[in-house]
Amino acid sequence: MYAFDLARPTSVADALKALQEEDAQPLAGGQTLVPTLKARLAAPSTLVSLRGISEMQGVCHDDQGRIHIGAATTHAAVEREVAKDYPGLAALAGQIGDPAVRNRGTIGGSLANNDPSACYPAAALGSGATIVTNAREIPADDFFEGMFTTVLEEDELIFSVRFPVPKVSAYAKFAQPASRFALTGVFVAQFDDGVRVAVTGASEDGVFRWSEAEDALGRDFSADAVAGLSVPAEGMIGDLHGTPEYRAHLVGVMTRRAVAAAG
Amino acid sequence: MPKDEQGIGASTKRREDIRFLTGDGNYTDDINLRGQAHVVFLRSQVAHGRLRGIDPAAAEAMPGVIRVFTAKDFESAGGLPCGWQVTDRHGQPMKEPKHPILAEGKVRHVGEPIAAVVADTLEQARDAAEAVIPDIEELPAVTNPKDAASDASLVHDEIGTNLCYDWGFVEDNKAKVDAAFEAADHVTTLELVNNRLVPNAMEPRVSIGDYSRGTGEHTLYTTSQNPHVIRLLMGAFVLGIPEHKLRVVAPDVGGGFGSKIFHYAEEAFCTFAAKAINRPVKWTCQRGESFVSDAHGRDHVTKIELALDKDGLFQAIRTDTYANMGAYLSTFAPSVPTWLHGTLMAGNYRTPLIYVNVKATFTNTVPVDAYRGAGRPEATYQLERVIDKAAREMGIDPIEIRRRNFVTEFPYATPVAVEYDTGDYHATMDKVLEIADAAGFEKRREASAKKGLLRGFGINAYIEACGIAPSNLVGQLGARAGLYESATVRVNATGGVVVMTGSHSHGQGHETTFAQVIADMIGIDADQVDVVHGDTANTPMGMGTYGSRSIAVGGSAMVRAAGKVIDKAKKIAAHLMECSPEDIELKDGKFSVAGTDKSVAWGDVTLAAYVPHNYPLEEMEPGLEETAFYDPANFTYPAGAYACEVEVDPETGKVTLCSFAAADDFGNVINPMIVDGQVHGGIGQGAGQALMEAAAYDATGQLVTGSYMDYTMPRADDLPYYAVDHSCQTPCTHNPLGVKGCGEAGAIASPPTIVNAVVDALQRGGHGHVTHIDMPLTPLRVWQAIHQR
Repeated sequence: MYAFDLARPTSVADALKALQEEDAQPLAGGQTLVPTLKARLAAPSTLVSLRGISEMQGVCHDDQGRIHIGAATTHAAVEREVAKDYPGLAALAGQIGDPAVRNRGTIGGSLANNDPSACYPAAALGSGATIVTNAREIPADDFFEGMFTTVLEEDELIFSVRFPVPKVSAYAKFAQPASRFALTGVFVAQFDDGVRVAVTGASEDGVFRWSEAEDALGRDFSADAVAGLSVPAEGMIGDLHGTPEYRAHLVGVMTRRAVAAAG
Repeated sequence: MPKDEQGIGASTKRREDIRFLTGDGNYTDDINLRGQAHVVFLRSQVAHGRLRGIDPAAAEAMPGVIRVFTAKDFESAGGLPCGWQVTDRHGQPMKEPKHPILAEGKVRHVGEPIAAVVADTLEQARDAAEAVIPDIEELPAVTNPKDAASDASLVHDEIGTNLCYDWGFVEDNKAKVDAAFEAADHVTTLELVNNRLVPNAMEPRVSIGDYSRGTGEHTLYTTSQNPHVIRLLMGAFVLGIPEHKLRVVAPDVGGGFGSKIFHYAEEAFCTFAAKAINRPVKWTCQRGESFVSDAHGRDHVTKIELALDKDGLFQAIRTDTYANMGAYLSTFAPSVPTWLHGTLMAGNYRTPLIYVNVKATFTNTVPVDAYRGAGRPEATYQLERVIDKAAREMGIDPIEIRRRNFVTEFPYATPVAVEYDTGDYHATMDKVLEIADAAGFEKRREASAKKGLLRGFGINAYIEACGIAPSNLVGQLGARAGLYESATVRVNATGGVVVMTGSHSHGQGHETTFAQVIADMIGIDADQVDVVHGDTANTPMGMGTYGSRSIAVGGSAMVRAAGKVIDKAKKIAAHLMECSPEDIELKDGKFSVAGTDKSVAWGDVTLAAYVPHNYPLEEMEPGLEETAFYDPANFTYPAGAYACEVEVDPETGKVTLCSFAAADDFGNVINPMIVDGQVHGGIGQGAGQALMEAAAYDATGQLVTGSYMDYTMPRADDLPYYAVDHSCQTPCTHNPLGVKGCGEAGAIASPPTIVNAVVDALQRGGHGHVTHIDMPLTPLRVWQAIHQR
């Protein structure tokens, strides 16, 4: 890796200040960034570690029953701390990577990176979460802009993520055999006012909502309700591990399995 | 501890594991020499191109850079030699283009070293390597061995063809084989690909060159399975350094699987550069770099045909294979698809007529060479797959068709030039069906079906030729080396024993098993025996470890040397007890005179050998140390039967390996626990080949699976518990321990077992149109097979 400076602020204000440095970049777990640095594919001047900022750590609840997760909270902490209140989300966090990744990687880092095969974007979009930054509150529906792209501005930092809690939910992930990222992963959540279905790993545009399935499940929340539905192969990712047709097929399979698991 | 708890047949714990598991191992990268410089290789990013120039000036001006080397610096050096010359069907030698240390004139595969930047620190060398920009005119790449045969794009212009050789075996049988096919009642044909693999040893390769101006001696520390072979190849053929001025040390080595047999450019480079800059030069391979610089394995495209009579008896086999050599001939590459492959095409069966044709081609890919099993997995896979297909076509049970054709009388001379000394294939088949609980399969299949999963049962029989190899025979076949092994057994004055072996342990546990054999022979504690290996300065000339040869060949040399030691010790004991040596018995570490109560202890005799006050000095030299070389009379033939069960999820194509059973006949077994471990590891690698691993190139010659993000290695949760048995033992008839070798069996026999099981699951599950799927059987491929009609 190339040489860089490491800043370890203990407050959001200091972190934002450190990020003013030209080519500075936040380090939010580093499970994608550090391998990228080791391969000399990135050359930030300064890495600003978010690990030491206590206000970005941990999980709490508000009086409307929503769960607030600090952006620098690790997957392992989420898995542990929302197990009772939001088991679908906890189960998703527990399927990310391996124990080493889960104890380093963070929810804010994952959402900001928006890897098209990452698990967390499906949870955020499937829950209708709100991404809270230093500047504004962004509904998940507006946050993801395609592969590795979000609406985050240069100097904008995710502060926390706010999840409404569904009645039932589940995540069904079909792992890419080598990386064990989602070859196709589907998060299904049933709320009082409707059902959300978010698909990761499959589309060239990154995570997306499958509205046809949401409508069908809104009428009848059962695997059978989506048995006849399918997404078109066009626009799906094609690679060594899955053709667009295969991924489109898996969207259906994983949706049915998520509904069955949630039900 | 009495010897029966630590001698031959005892599952003693591996003594080397203490240092491996506590971080006290001494791997090559743990070695740091005073004043060492670091080298980074600039490697080709393109698969094929004309190298028009390299300008190292900018890099040489960067901080810490000592020197940038290119091909020009190696004009006086030879190319990397090939250790085996195959003769083609027409009696012509194979094509053998030069394999330079650094690219000369052309680059021929992604990863080929073009320049080497040596600097004070590794980071400085890395920075400078980025400043070396080679001027390359890209050319069309060819990666598939069959496509290469068209010669549309030549890898080596100077030889005018991509064909390395067109080999026929046994050429004289060809017409008879063709006639047998004409006359056959049934012919089964199968076209398949034996997928290319990246070896992925846990420890990447490392080399450190060192040179002493004072003595003119070179030392190379390197991750090798055979340091003497590297010394000979590099010293004699590449750099012109005589053996007495070149020491090669291969300390603890973290896995090889074949990939550390070969002599690599980086070894020659570090040795050469250390003298050129008069400082030690160290290279540690990065994981991504190892994907494009370690020799790959397999990569055959094959059509096999099996002729049968109406009863399912095999009449003839005919095969047609394209074997990928990669861009250059790696050390033993030409032997793998020929002599290590064609000679095994009889399998465990009485097939009277066999003809094997292999066309080896050059491509714009990393060189391909021996990988765990080397040729024998390719033979076993195609044979056991076509037999399964034939059984299905003829409506014969796949176990029954194998039994009908098993060789049952030994010795058995196959039509492909080898003679099996001993075996009992029905016994291992019986055993595997028992430990796999084949009788309970139907019940388990029904349980799987209730979950919506298709369960299949796969069966396989295998044989391999190990204990490599009789030197006079392999010499006739083109080997440019002998394949004996050596050992020195040194007994110290107080009775401790040091065995210096030419075998090399890189995970096999020789330090434990070799000591067990000596402890057993003498009747002393195994702790009194140390095993030394891996350093040409303190071990006799050896050929190293591969081809499951260590205990069969290296162990035999050690037994022979120990026998000489014991003979001499008996003479000393006879002198001490004033009797005839013929009357001396050695048991439990004590020499006694038959029929009397007189005895002397092992330690008394060893002390007398080195403090020869009461000693027959006029008849014998003092001391107790002997060396022996052992050249095997034949290969050994481990064989057995494997079975496994899989579940296929028809919705996703995902295959789950539910259970695996292996019944191996390895002859006598020294340490059953270590043998279990060797089989376990082999099955894991075989499962990787069958279900997960593929080195995939795209049309431009880029390795698409160049990291663990895309190259699937088997993980613990991909593998089931194994039922492993080696109680069926027909000891080898021609080596002193009666051993056959166990290192490769698992990797050879498991891929066809697993593929047979998946095809069985699909056939039983209503997908009768699926008769074959090429490895690896990824979810995508299985799903596609189900849906292609």
